[in-house]
Amino acid sequence: MKVIGQTPGPDAALAVETLGMTMRFGNFTALEDVSIRVAAGSFHALLGENGAGKSTLVKCIMGFYHATSGQLLVGGREARIADPRDARALGLGMVYQHFTLVPSLTVAENLVISRLDTPGVIDWRAERRALDAFMAAMPFRVPLDQQVSRLAAGEKQKLEILKQLYLGSRFLILDEPTSVLTPDEADEVLGHVRGLCAAGEVSVLMITHKFREVTAFADEVSVLRRGRLVGQGRVAELSHARMAAMMIGAEKEYVPAARKGSPGAPVLELSGIRATDRSGLKQIAIDSLTVRAGEIAGIAGISGNGQMELMEVLTGQRATSAGEIRVEGAPYRASRAEAQALAVRYLPEEPLKNACAPRMSVIDNIAFRSFDRKDGRAAFWLSPRSMKAQGTDLIDAFRVKAAVPDGPIAALSGGNVQRAVLARELTGAVRLLIISNPCFGLDFAAVAEIRARIVAARNAGAAVLLMSEDLDEVMELSDRILVMSEGRIDYEVAANEASLAEIGHHMGGHA
Amino acid sequence: MTTGDIGLWGVPIAVIGGAIRVSTPILFVSLGETLTERSGRINLGLEGTLVIGAMTGYATAVLTGSAWAGVLVAALAGAVFGLVHGLVCSLPKVNDIAIGIAMMLLGTGLAFYFGKPFIQPVAPNLPAIPLGWWSDLPQVQAALNVNVLFLIGLALAFAMHWMLRATRPGLIVRVVGDSSDAARAMGLKPAQIRTIATAIGGAFAGVGGAYLSLYYPGSWNEAISSGQGLMAVALVIFARWNPIACIWAALLFGGAGALGPALQSVGVTQGYYLFYAAPYVLTLGVLIATSSPSRAMAGAPGELSITK
Repeated sequence: MKVIGQTPGPDAALAVETLGMTMRFGNFTALEDVSIRVAAGSFHALLGENGAGKSTLVKCIMGFYHATSGQLLVGGREARIADPRDARALGLGMVYQHFTLVPSLTVAENLVISRLDTPGVIDWRAERRALDAFMAAMPFRVPLDQQVSRLAAGEKQKLEILKQLYLGSRFLILDEPTSVLTPDEADEVLGHVRGLCAAGEVSVLMITHKFREVTAFADEVSVLRRGRLVGQGRVAELSHARMAAMMIGAEKEYVPAARKGSPGAPVLELSGIRATDRSGLKQIAIDSLTVRAGEIAGIAGISGNGQMELMEVLTGQRATSAGEIRVEGAPYRASRAEAQALAVRYLPEEPLKNACAPRMSVIDNIAFRSFDRKDGRAAFWLSPRSMKAQGTDLIDAFRVKAAVPDGPIAALSGGNVQRAVLARELTGAVRLLIISNPCFGLDFAAVAEIRARIVAARNAGAAVLLMSEDLDEVMELSDRILVMSEGRIDYEVAANEASLAEIGHHMGGHA
Repeated sequence: MTTGDIGLWGVPIAVIGGAIRVSTPILFVSLGETLTERSGRINLGLEGTLVIGAMTGYATAVLTGSAWAGVLVAALAGAVFGLVHGLVCSLPKVNDIAIGIAMMLLGTGLAFYFGKPFIQPVAPNLPAIPLGWWSDLPQVQAALNVNVLFLIGLALAFAMHWMLRATRPGLIVRVVGDSSDAARAMGLKPAQIRTIATAIGGAFAGVGGAYLSLYYPGSWNEAISSGQGLMAVALVIFARWNPIACIWAALLFGGAGALGPALQSVGVTQGYYLFYAAPYVLTLGVLIATSSPSRAMAGAPGELSITK
């Protein structure tokens, strides 16, 4: 059957292969010599942590980037892809993490307008016939007359995939297709995708970091770490532990940072916390979590498993539907007064967004904890002179490289914003320090320094809760390691008894 | 007079006639604004465009002796105003509402400045079709004396409705108005499409202005619009960005506007001034009644700066 106006493309699943794909941005090598073969009609998973090079690889395939060196074979023939339109003409399609559907249009309108050759006047009767025939040939359907904004997330994801098939894609890249879906929806969608592969309709390359989905649906898997291909194989022959080991790296000796003293009384206690996540579909459920004085409790986990939401609950940015937070035995609702009285301090992720007023000066931002207090009492009048004196001292003490201390904090580099916020948060008595991804995107020197300051706070008797996607960081800093997966804490181990394989297994979720 | 005396029946007939007469410019402005807002921009400057359309249309009709030439020039002037608004708003970090207010003041100011010499001369009027020929009653004949532009406005409303549903340009306008990201993913240029939609919307408002000066009230003066352009922008929200609903909104507004004069004509002497405020009270009431603090407005284009 010929769909009206559809570009003639390949009529069966395409094999796609990269040969020695390398991508450099200046001095930085994002991708080095990666060769992956996705056989026609196979479901191939691409595993890796954040920043491992997964997105770079697929962007090279789709023509968003031009690889520094290496070849791309489509259907066994060398293909040169200058831009995404070329990729589309060859039958390569991509489903992005965020939806690219137009909410107020119906399903049918979305499909028709996504074609490059939509006619000037649309003959809806003929289009409907063609769409009905198309839907009838698919293993799953979405109601054509429904407005997209009324579809559930799973339906939208199905529609994104249907749209690619409607456009004639025979090789599909799915970028974390289940990140906004519930587990049941995810299983349904991926089951259908697998069915399409088995029927020889498409080949699929799926970016993911969920082991469960890899074992349940994929045929083959490739693992990237720091831009290199570190493992490849048939899914049936690989265990979760093996995949986790490839993703995280070889088992190595961790040298815990120098520390002294032993944990004291509980400072932070969470019980029965319930909250909904960003998508509004999943629950964050922390039954019990305790952090003691003089210890660092590290929460490991793959991003998107509820760490960000937990941080938002602790900072008061996200409402809870149930449960209680106690600090030193007193109920805690993260108000400014409570944080001040109980000496609770934060270093959230993306501090420029979550802990700063970007256009205010570095000095002002450093003064946020203290500007309205004088000698421990509330004060009405600001004292610009003492603010400036204190800010300048802290800028020196924490070695914040701020060319203009009176200039906006947004002008500083990421590491210096991090140092400035730490300078503010670690000044004065600190009973509880809550930190999320403190070293994300920082250079080596900044990382070492910030970690040293966190350990120093612990040694001084503060209770520290550290959430990090960087497992090395959690292993190095923590006295006790917890693993968060699908909104829950489901594993806990003392740092000196921790095994990377066991932690990796829990990070991937149980199969 | 006995033949023409129909008592209180005169009120509904006058209201119907008034609705048709008064609603035409409002219909044109709200259709133009619907198109603009469907593409994701708000053009508050249509009040100024309406006045400049009235002035240029009247002046052209005076100078050429042709009312239709006036309508054409008014449409062109409106398109230029829309184009300026669209182009300025395409620059980064420019707020469409602020530019709209500036364009409104600029439009009225320019119209008053260049329109001074045309307050005295008399221009030819636009033709009307006597659809009341079947009746002997002069009131009915007067009420159903329908201007051609009203009929054109009705046709345009249906055409726009069809265009938004069943043509490629129509779907593209809706895509751009609802999601810039999706539009870019399709390789469309949102700023360019919005600018074109704003220019066409401006042309509509210009024609509305020509109706004001060339048919009803039918002369050029500085108080000609009395805020109808702004009301029309509000009516678009009331009409839920639907061209067909714009017809009803405009008729309702026009009918409410005719209520005061109609009551006065049948001899109601007390309090009829209050009825002159009816269209404004009605608009306010309807907007309050149809909005909700908790749920988002149905049908609102996702890229509008008031709904984001």
